[in-house]
Amino acid sequence: MDVLLASRLQFAAAAMFHFLFVPLTLGLSFLTAIFQTLWLKTGDDDYKRAARFWGKLFLINFGLGVVTGITLEFQFGTNWRFYSQYVGDIFGSLLAIEATLAFFLESTFIAVWWFGWGKVSPRVNTLAIWLTAIASNISALWILLANGWMQHPVGYVIRGGRAELESFSAVLTNSFAWWEFLHTVPSAYVLSGFFVLGVSAWHLIRKNELSLFKKSFRVAAIWTMIFSLYLIVEGHIHGAEVAEKQPTKLAAMESHWVTEKGAGWSLLVIPDEENERNSVELFKIPNVLSLLAFHDPNAEVKGLKEWPKEERPPVALSFWSFRIMVALGFLFGLLSILAFLKRRQPEASPKLLKVLIWNIPLPYIAAQAGWMLAEVGRQPWIVYGLMKTKDAVSPLSAVQVGLSLPAFIIVYGILGIICFWLIAHHARKGPEPVEALSEKPATETL
Amino acid sequence: MEMNIFQIIWYVLWGVLWAVYFALDGFDLGAGSLLYFLGKDEKERRVVYQAVGPFWDGNEVWLITAGGATFAAFPTAYAVMFSALYTPLLLLLFSLILRGVAVEYRNKHESLSWRNFWDFLFFLGSFLPALLLGVAFANIFKGVPIDEKGLLQTNLFGLLNPYGLLGGLLFVFCFATHGALWVAFKAPSPFSERAANLAKKTWVVTLLLVILFWIISFAVTNMWANFLKAPLLIAFPLLAALCYLMVPVFLNKGAYFKAWAFSALTIVLFTAWGVAGLFPNILPSSINPAYSLTLVNSSSSPLTLKIMTTVAILFVPIVLAYTFWAYKTFSYKITKEDISY
Repeated sequence: MDVLLASRLQFAAAAMFHFLFVPLTLGLSFLTAIFQTLWLKTGDDDYKRAARFWGKLFLINFGLGVVTGITLEFQFGTNWRFYSQYVGDIFGSLLAIEATLAFFLESTFIAVWWFGWGKVSPRVNTLAIWLTAIASNISALWILLANGWMQHPVGYVIRGGRAELESFSAVLTNSFAWWEFLHTVPSAYVLSGFFVLGVSAWHLIRKNELSLFKKSFRVAAIWTMIFSLYLIVEGHIHGAEVAEKQPTKLAAMESHWVTEKGAGWSLLVIPDEENERNSVELFKIPNVLSLLAFHDPNAEVKGLKEWPKEERPPVALSFWSFRIMVALGFLFGLLSILAFLKRRQPEASPKLLKVLIWNIPLPYIAAQAGWMLAEVGRQPWIVYGLMKTKDAVSPLSAVQVGLSLPAFIIVYGILGIICFWLIAHHARKGPEPVEALSEKPATETL
Repeated sequence: MEMNIFQIIWYVLWGVLWAVYFALDGFDLGAGSLLYFLGKDEKERRVVYQAVGPFWDGNEVWLITAGGATFAAFPTAYAVMFSALYTPLLLLLFSLILRGVAVEYRNKHESLSWRNFWDFLFFLGSFLPALLLGVAFANIFKGVPIDEKGLLQTNLFGLLNPYGLLGGLLFVFCFATHGALWVAFKAPSPFSERAANLAKKTWVVTLLLVILFWIISFAVTNMWANFLKAPLLIAFPLLAALCYLMVPVFLNKGAYFKAWAFSALTIVLFTAWGVAGLFPNILPSSINPAYSLTLVNSSSSPLTLKIMTTVAILFVPIVLAYTFWAYKTFSYKITKEDISY
């Protein structure tokens, strides 16, 4: 295996693994904060126990999210040396600002929240979980501004063989990055919402802690429906943005080979990358692709053949990850409406509850597919149109990456299994008994 | 190329970030590497975890920020340093991953083998970073064999040279002392006194190692050259030594927090010695000084540095304020009740 491929696989493994934990962090922190605020407002112990219960699951997940994030930051330097040199002026500063604005806040107040029970007032404690949630989301914003810049570079000038910052405001107002942010973060809320719905459903079926889990279910149902439906609309706008700014990604995700005006869209397509065509193309509806991508039924959609082979992204991977994401997105819209409708008496709909349990992994798959499309669809560019991935890789020896890649896979694999096992274990165990609620300091848990 | 003011500001800030990182994460890494020496049984080990539990995550952010600031302010140095030190850096990252997970997961399941498993990873994940950071910085002080393309002309074993290992040993003992002092401050009696006694012993070793390190640095590195040129800089190592001599004074009085604070100050001043000695290099080349990465030839554009300076001026005081508040909130002594159940 060559160093480039190994480095790409290693980064993909590190990024995808990290992103198994990020979405739940982004969403469950807010849901925990909401439960705790409801307790503060109503004095209802159910909400307090809910906050502690969901918060504990949040914490188990958060641990792995943090430590795998550190690796990701340093991998730019270790494996992508020429990328780091080329774009450090812009990309590096966004990461540094992220750390300053978000990570300190996040890691300080998560500790204040968890270890602060009984040490600080309930108000300060609630403020701590809100600050944790807000900080996680600020961090997502800066990361997506950085990633959005790789997808659609703006505000730079090439000087002395590297991209130098010319306009910080252009980087901050990069529309591509913002649509990415407005897509990724709400999708994390959907994942978290379905997580709470699914775990609640498991307990509701068993008639366990009915009152607590009905309340959890109700809050999560409203939350999930709002963001699921929003995402369907935003996803469309996001797609139009891709069509305009990343024509190769659009062509790959639609497996669209030949440039045409008024391009049609087929219900059933199977791409045949090798022969530069689709082996199956059935139920074609004229003009729909042009309409969807450019809001104009006669617009020209560039086909993959427009570009030399080495400038095209992997088609099958882009095509299928896009379809998986979209199909699941519509399923989530439907499921969340059903959950919303049954939010007052969820225990009366055991079938829906069962579906919701089985649904827990699906948003994870959708989120991974989304990132796969975003990152694979950008290839062969590491910075779209500006720098190729193959020119970015560090001059490492095959031995170095040959050892580190399996190390990543083994260590991450084991930690991932442990983490999800722990989450499942504590999710099943249910909330702490009422008597554990005395204002005992949370150091008890150590 | 001429040096501009923002490059100097960021060089200093780069040093400050590392100094704060060592002073803060140093104690939890140190406490972790002493886990088996301090914690004779399950309950005592739990105290060690409790002593660092609320802090380690925030402390580690200083490392992320130091790395991020290097990336942002000196991208070429970041790119060359991290790819050249690939293997030790990944070892460091894996250690930190395992340690972080150990602190978070150890108490999440009731089983002896589960706890023993995480205890071992907590120990290893604390000891190895201390050692590796020491080896890395000693090698940077000495200069690494990078050629004109910034390619490293040695391997991991080349970095494990005697001076590098001496640096590693120094960091291990210095952090261990720092950690024992923190545990002495946080733990209940008589555990507290035991940690203090251990700190006294490791303190002596650390002191000897520092003296040895400084002498050998004089012989095999250029680290003292700047001090000979600008004798005022001698204040850093001198104050570092003075602060370290205060540690046993307060230890004997039982003022553990003050002893810890002086140990932290020492670490900050020692880092200042390192940064002042390196100036203007960030990664000196041992092959040819012309290949060295300096704050001039590896820095970002003035605009980026200006923006980052603004962000730092606005937000670092806020970060320091709530970090200080959080430390105050959790500075209580762990009581017997906390561990007696």
